[in-house]
Amino acid sequence: MDLYLPIASLSVNAVVIVLLGLGVGLLSGMFGVGGGFLTTPLLIVYGIPPTVAAASAASQVTGASVSGVFAHLRRDGVDLHMGAVLIAGGVLGSGMGAILFKLLQSTGQIDTVIAVLYVVMLGAIGWLMLSESWGAIRAAREGTTPRAKRRRHHPMVAALPLRWRFYRSGLYISPFAPLLLGFATGILTVLLGVGGGFILIPAMLYLIGMPTQVVVGTSLFQILFVSAAATMVHSLTTKAVDIVLAALLLLGSVVGAQIGVRFAQRARPEYLRLALGVIVLLVAIRILLGLAWRPDEIFTVELA
Amino acid sequence: MFDWVSAAPKRGTALRSIHRSSIAGAWLLRPFPHPATHKILPWGGRVGERAGAATRSKIALILAAPLLLGQTKPVLVPDVSQREIEIAYSFTGADLLLFGAILHAGGSGPRAGEPPADIVVVVKGPTESVLVREKQKIAGIWVNAERTRYRSAPSFYAIASSRPIRQIVDARTRAIYELGLDSLQLSPASGAVPAVQARFDAGLVELKKRGGLYYEAPKTVEITDDVLYRARVNIPARVPVGRFTAETFLIRDGRVLAAAVRDIDIRKSGFERWIARAAERSSFLYGLAAVFLSVFFGWAAGAIWRRF
Repeated sequence: MDLYLPIASLSVNAVVIVLLGLGVGLLSGMFGVGGGFLTTPLLIVYGIPPTVAAASAASQVTGASVSGVFAHLRRDGVDLHMGAVLIAGGVLGSGMGAILFKLLQSTGQIDTVIAVLYVVMLGAIGWLMLSESWGAIRAAREGTTPRAKRRRHHPMVAALPLRWRFYRSGLYISPFAPLLLGFATGILTVLLGVGGGFILIPAMLYLIGMPTQVVVGTSLFQILFVSAAATMVHSLTTKAVDIVLAALLLLGSVVGAQIGVRFAQRARPEYLRLALGVIVLLVAIRILLGLAWRPDEIFTVELA
Repeated sequence: MFDWVSAAPKRGTALRSIHRSSIAGAWLLRPFPHPATHKILPWGGRVGERAGAATRSKIALILAAPLLLGQTKPVLVPDVSQREIEIAYSFTGADLLLFGAILHAGGSGPRAGEPPADIVVVVKGPTESVLVREKQKIAGIWVNAERTRYRSAPSFYAIASSRPIRQIVDARTRAIYELGLDSLQLSPASGAVPAVQARFDAGLVELKKRGGLYYEAPKTVEITDDVLYRARVNIPARVPVGRFTAETFLIRDGRVLAAAVRDIDIRKSGFERWIARAAERSSFLYGLAAVFLSVFFGWAAGAIWRRF
């Protein structure tokens, strides 16, 4: 079923887009990530202009995180205090991201920067998750109890000035740590159209040292507000949010997210982390190859 | 060959109506528009002439037909199946039918001994100013390096002809009338070395060709009995909106004997136009609507799911 996208100015197969949303939603429900890191590259591969893809994927991330946030709120799995600090950083970051986006667009390096950012971050995080979950699985198989979870935050975080109490997380740390983390993910949300969950979750676990029970809920809470802010930023600056494309993606992803959540409740968490690590690494390798191989199109054209 | 034109003033009112027609030589009868604002085609008719003129010129032609009998050059009577293309939700491209008749001098058919004429149809989209960037391998990865700006490259260009265009006319004529993908006037804005410029030109054309926005369709114009012709030109869904022109050329012995232009308006309609306008004009409300939509979708899915 072909449908014309009014902002992207081309027609797409609606079923393909809904299925794409469904698949990404499934992953987001299972792993607690927004799934934008898959949507944007897949949309670009499908032929949607990169700017429209990044701008519209942000609203899909919002939709995918809403139901998760409600579910976690009911279970008291959100540190609202920490979330608020992250959001403050995220909103500032998305403003900064918009400035960077314009700058990179005018020099023509936006595509390369996006690709390199993806490779570096996805590669590092995928590797981190893979080795961590592999260790956990091996420990479980050999019958040895995995070493006690390190509940301490990173020394870099401890060095920051000013300390607040975050009761739900049981932490007494500087608010600058989550603020800076939020700022960084805010930039990424605008640049890459990603929620930043795949950065936030490891950073919360390994850098800030938050307990696992509140990590997913709090990251979804932050993603919800920052992706909404990114949608606003895009519709005000690049004017590239395609509401029809977003609606199609949402239709699939919200359904997929519900199925994913139920699936995740039955699966073992270390296997889930292993699977996500593999997916993240595969995406990183694919993008790296795209950078290194001679591209099909040496020339690119944009309206000036 | 201009006997007809020199006789024109004596013919009175019947000929006044031909002023806007596409008959060869008729442009001599009217004042020249300013060259900066009007591209005058040598056969009369301006690029961008309004669609209403098409009907008038046809009426004029019918009135003038008896007068044309003494003339040596054939005349084209072209038409397009659609003057307006509305882009709605189900738009997947459009098929334009370009058809018409060749009025031969001295009667309905071609004169004996004359080689058959060729018809070339060119459909062009509105011109746009574009920036073309070229990727080069730097430090192991492919990044955008050099760039060239073009002031007015056509956003869409399709050429249909009864024979391959290179067999019909020579390079010089092709360049004059912009016939063929290698003869486009792309008007580069940066003063690059000709070799570099040529590389960028080829790159732009190749890119547009792969996107289905530039193409050549030789042998797709059917000519029946040297009088009637028809050609089908496909407009893909990716075209930008705006005013398109369909130029028809009658060519014999490598010379353009007659030509005519028709306009086609392509625009978004209904819901699609409303969305595009909202995104452009009230971007804050549009953004809010997008956010509200995504929150609603997410909430609704969760709420419905909990019921089951």
